[in-house]
Amino acid sequence: MGKNVLVFVETRDGRVRKSSLEAVSEGRRTAQKLGGTVAAVLVGDGVQPLAAQVAAFGASIVYAVESPALKLYAPEAYAQAVTAAVRKADASVVFLAATAMGKDLAPTVAAVLDSALAPDCVGLEAREGELVARRPVYAGRATVTIRLKRFPAVYSLRPNLFPAEELGGAPHLEVLPMQPEIRTAAKEVNVVAQGKVELTEASAIVSGGRGLKGPENFHLRDQLAEVLGAATGASRAVVDLGWRPHSEQVGQTGKTVSPNLYVAIAISGAIQHLAGMRTSKVIVAINKDPDAPIFKLATYGIVGDAFEIVPALTEQLKKALAP
Amino acid sequence: MNIVVCLKRVPDTTAKIKVAADGKSLDSQGVEFIISPYDEFAIEEALRIKEKIGTGEVVGVTLDPDGQDTILRKALAMGVDRGILIKGGDSLDGAATAEILAGVLKTVKFDLLFFGKQAIDSDSCQVPSYVACRLGLPRVNVVTRLELVEKKIVCRRQIEGGEEVYELPIPGVIACTKGANEPRYPSLKGIMAAKKKPVQILEAPKVDARLEVLKMEPPSERPPGRIVGQGVETVPELVRLLREEAKVI
Repeated sequence: MGKNVLVFVETRDGRVRKSSLEAVSEGRRTAQKLGGTVAAVLVGDGVQPLAAQVAAFGASIVYAVESPALKLYAPEAYAQAVTAAVRKADASVVFLAATAMGKDLAPTVAAVLDSALAPDCVGLEAREGELVARRPVYAGRATVTIRLKRFPAVYSLRPNLFPAEELGGAPHLEVLPMQPEIRTAAKEVNVVAQGKVELTEASAIVSGGRGLKGPENFHLRDQLAEVLGAATGASRAVVDLGWRPHSEQVGQTGKTVSPNLYVAIAISGAIQHLAGMRTSKVIVAINKDPDAPIFKLATYGIVGDAFEIVPALTEQLKKALAP
Repeated sequence: MNIVVCLKRVPDTTAKIKVAADGKSLDSQGVEFIISPYDEFAIEEALRIKEKIGTGEVVGVTLDPDGQDTILRKALAMGVDRGILIKGGDSLDGAATAEILAGVLKTVKFDLLFFGKQAIDSDSCQVPSYVACRLGLPRVNVVTRLELVEKKIVCRRQIEGGEEVYELPIPGVIACTKGANEPRYPSLKGIMAAKKKPVQILEAPKVDARLEVLKMEPPSERPPGRIVGQGVETVPELVRLLREEAKVI
């Protein structure tokens, strides 16, 4: 078995995703532990200029697979590109960031390689020359430590948990020629939240719950989020009521997040919500019920009326954060 | 149009998750199992397509380690026509599950194959893509909305901050997410009818395990929560703590 690591690097709008840089850095650390090398692969149209950045975060070689047909995501053709790079790099370990694209691509890469996948890993460890992964199951209500039994083994890494380390270093770029076999491809991408921070990658999140009493009051949440540069989330209750879209839902049937700061406004904290945000580093809870379960998890809780506290918090943070 | 919907049994979202004595698996004692919520969107979508076209059948397929047909009967009560129950499988080994499902589905004729985008026990998001790859079919995952347009399905797939639009040829594989529809509740008549609907029972073919669970444990405990104070007067203290103690702002 080889010891090399190959990292798929995702780009969007001509930029490398932050979570992919985290995966490259973790790839470098893993390759060191296993005694191999780390390569990365960029897939798309005109992605070569990004190689320098990918190299700076630890990839000793960067492969580029380019075609106008790969401008937008095309699952099977992207998997074809990644598996070609896996073979080229003689990799036994494949990393992807567990983003929307990574979660979609990883199982296809594993299927093409006839191997196995450890999705959404929160910890990786080398034991006797073999990689062991920790990942949450039951929406974070348990954690399993697993070992994959087929190689090249594929791992997707939860964003925001693995440190990205910029070390510098010159890129060693190699273009992999490939005739993409397109089965399905995105025809278009509709952006609904221009410039907004994505929940799963955000370092701060402000979420609102049913205690906000109606969709018309979510500007309180949004104003606080803006001051903090935070993404916005919601509880399942308000999504089910149709106040907010499902894309904002945090919890078991929504998104699992691990920001540095999670602010829960008027969210009581049902098990299924807590499961989705309990790995946040600092949790702030604002709720009028002192017995709300959210307070059991909150680093800092304030008991009181969100309609008074949130605007005051927004104002004071605005002053505190003013340059 | 013949449609297959793959279903998975998962512990109820409010079930208490306890690790079994072996330290590697779920203690299923007293756990109530439900259809994984995302699979219900898939069932509903399949039923709506069948109702719209007016011909064909919807087949529910499930893999159950205990050989129970409970969730399959619920799907039949919602309106699925017949079921295939595969006895066996490992709830956390997605690749092995996909190999079993693909093996069985090779013998079933269908135009569309539906899944939920992920089962809420393993949270893997891998079986739909893996099965599609094995069957050589195109697929779209995390679909919020779909529309039958001539011989294609226009699918909207949820991504960060937006959506991608795909045209999926038939036959194809679709994994649904929340937003697609509002799954129906079984009617009393449906529940009665479900008892008589045919369920074919198969033994899962032997496949190699693709992963080994070394340990299952409860999530790491957080330090106990702390209430800083009451009311709006506490806000300055909170700002101070965030800045000086937690250093997150």
